[in-house]
Amino acid sequence: MSSAEPLQAAGGSLDVQAIRSQFPVLDQQVNGHPLVYLDNGATAQKPEAVIEAEARCYREYYANIHRGVHSLSQRSTAEFEAVRGKVQRLLNAPEEKEIIFTRGTTEGINLVAYSFLRPQLQAGDEILITAMEHHSNIVPWQIICEQTSAKLVVVPISDAGEISLDDVAERIGPRTKLVSVVHLSNALGTINPVKQIVDLAHARNVPVLVDGAQSAPHMPVDVQALGCDFFVFSGHKLYGPTGTGVLWGRYELLKAMPPWHGGGDMIRTVTFEKTDFADPPARFEAGTPNIAGVIALGAAIDWFLALDPRAVAAHEADLLAHATARLGAIPGLRLIGTAEQRAGLVSFVMDDAHPHDIGTILDGYGIAVRAGHHCAQPVMQRYGVPATARASFGVYNTRDEIDRLAEGILKVRDLFGG
Amino acid sequence: MSELADLYQRVVIEHNRSPRHYNKLDPCTHHATGYNPLCGDEVELYLRMDGNRVREAGFQGESCAIATASASMLTEAVRGLDAEAIRELARAVSRLIRDGDPGADEWPADLDVLGVVSRFPGRSKCAELPWKALTTALDAGSGDTVSTEE
Ligand SMILES: Cc1ncc(COP(=O)(O)O)c(C=O)c1O
Repeated sequence: MSSAEPLQAAGGSLDVQAIRSQFPVLDQQVNGHPLVYLDNGATAQKPEAVIEAEARCYREYYANIHRGVHSLSQRSTAEFEAVRGKVQRLLNAPEEKEIIFTRGTTEGINLVAYSFLRPQLQAGDEILITAMEHHSNIVPWQIICEQTSAKLVVVPISDAGEISLDDVAERIGPRTKLVSVVHLSNALGTINPVKQIVDLAHARNVPVLVDGAQSAPHMPVDVQALGCDFFVFSGHKLYGPTGTGVLWGRYELLKAMPPWHGGGDMIRTVTFEKTDFADPPARFEAGTPNIAGVIALGAAIDWFLALDPRAVAAHEADLLAHATARLGAIPGLRLIGTAEQRAGLVSFVMDDAHPHDIGTILDGYGIAVRAGHHCAQPVMQRYGVPATARASFGVYNTRDEIDRLAEGILKVRDLFGG
Repeated sequence: MSELADLYQRVVIEHNRSPRHYNKLDPCTHHATGYNPLCGDEVELYLRMDGNRVREAGFQGESCAIATASASMLTEAVRGLDAEAIRELARAVSRLIRDGDPGADEWPADLDVLGVVSRFPGRSKCAELPWKALTTALDAGSGDTVSTEE
């Protein structure tokens, strides 16, 4: 991508103003104030490069893939398939054919649940997760546990929002069939020690799935260094389109898995007696996929890698430190999630104001935050709160915006009387 | 912002700080729980009816200021009404919250301020939550839970 250089200031730090100018949506007033978008944990905004890549596909060469001899189909197929290589680079995956396109993190986890785990799950077997998982890393396992009489085992979290490796080790037993753990928690911001968890699990021959929905946009990811067996993420949180995502899996595992959805594009030969399935990744990509979306995801990955995930992480670490200091100084405000290793967001509650009311009042000042349980109700129960307010950062956010957030919260406090 | 600040300042905060009838009625003749699965808010509503008429109403729960204020006003507004009048009031309040349609000129217990919520569609479910619990309590007698997503 040619616009890589201007986004880097001297010394490798990011030129955030140049980055901002690439996001058309950021340049607007909301309720009479310049928009401060701090809901990136829910979904990130899209740079011109991504919007343009999707539009260009439809304008110039769109056709169905893998099935046309004509030129447009060949071009679409080539552009679509080229994205596997980009994902491979993003994750440092060993092989391109290990990249499976999905609709997002949720679908990736369900694919592993139904295709990898359920066929081997017996009554009494165990699946290990943590108490800070998103519902999408809880419910699929519960469903297959229900079907097979297997058991979901949960690693507890501390007051700070951390898990202990001893607790993990204790819970990996002879019946454990999979460990599935979030890399970066969307409710707490905790970065889990995934590498160490993988080591513990592999010592007992237990495979590990990593939910990378939040980590992929906020830090460098290297699946070989992590050592995990499956890694999933969503395109829309990585500045790419909705309805796109990736499941990466080690090839020998994928190769042994039965298909999940049956249909076109995933077969070798079909007769009414027998169907021969294609090899991965095609085996798991039945039907016409989100062609233009995946191509635009490729543009998002190019764009993100050109920024350099290390520089993104450093910039957001600065925002996090600033937010922790500013918000931490507000009386009556309690941060939920104070793990030592943390990134991407601050989650908080206030003595006198419910998160919903905080969200509505901040919106009145043009500040977009999320208020709710963040699809992590067990986390809310753990901290005895119905919901939290959450400000989650993107690469385009600035310290000034964090200051506006803090000022907005002080206004909430004034209104509700602290 | 000013409209919103006005809403909060005029009633919501006051009701939120000192909600009316914030207590469990024991014994009661009717009760139901309103639950908003999108945010986890919960309002428990209790009625003590004498024949067809509400003698007393109370509520408890964990909810945002808008839901709490709406419940607080509700417990004032329904006192002395019969079931039919309550259902009618609940329908009118729902129109008020959704469309800002004031319908009547005279609203009991300051309920007309809920019309402001219609301009914040993200919050209409909060304001409606106790009213859903109210009609469920009337319909079911006791113990049911109603979700804002039904
Ligand atoms: C940690 C985590 N896991 C999973 C998901 C689900 O992602 P999606 O809704 O894109 O499938 C999210 C998104 O909210 C998340 O933050």
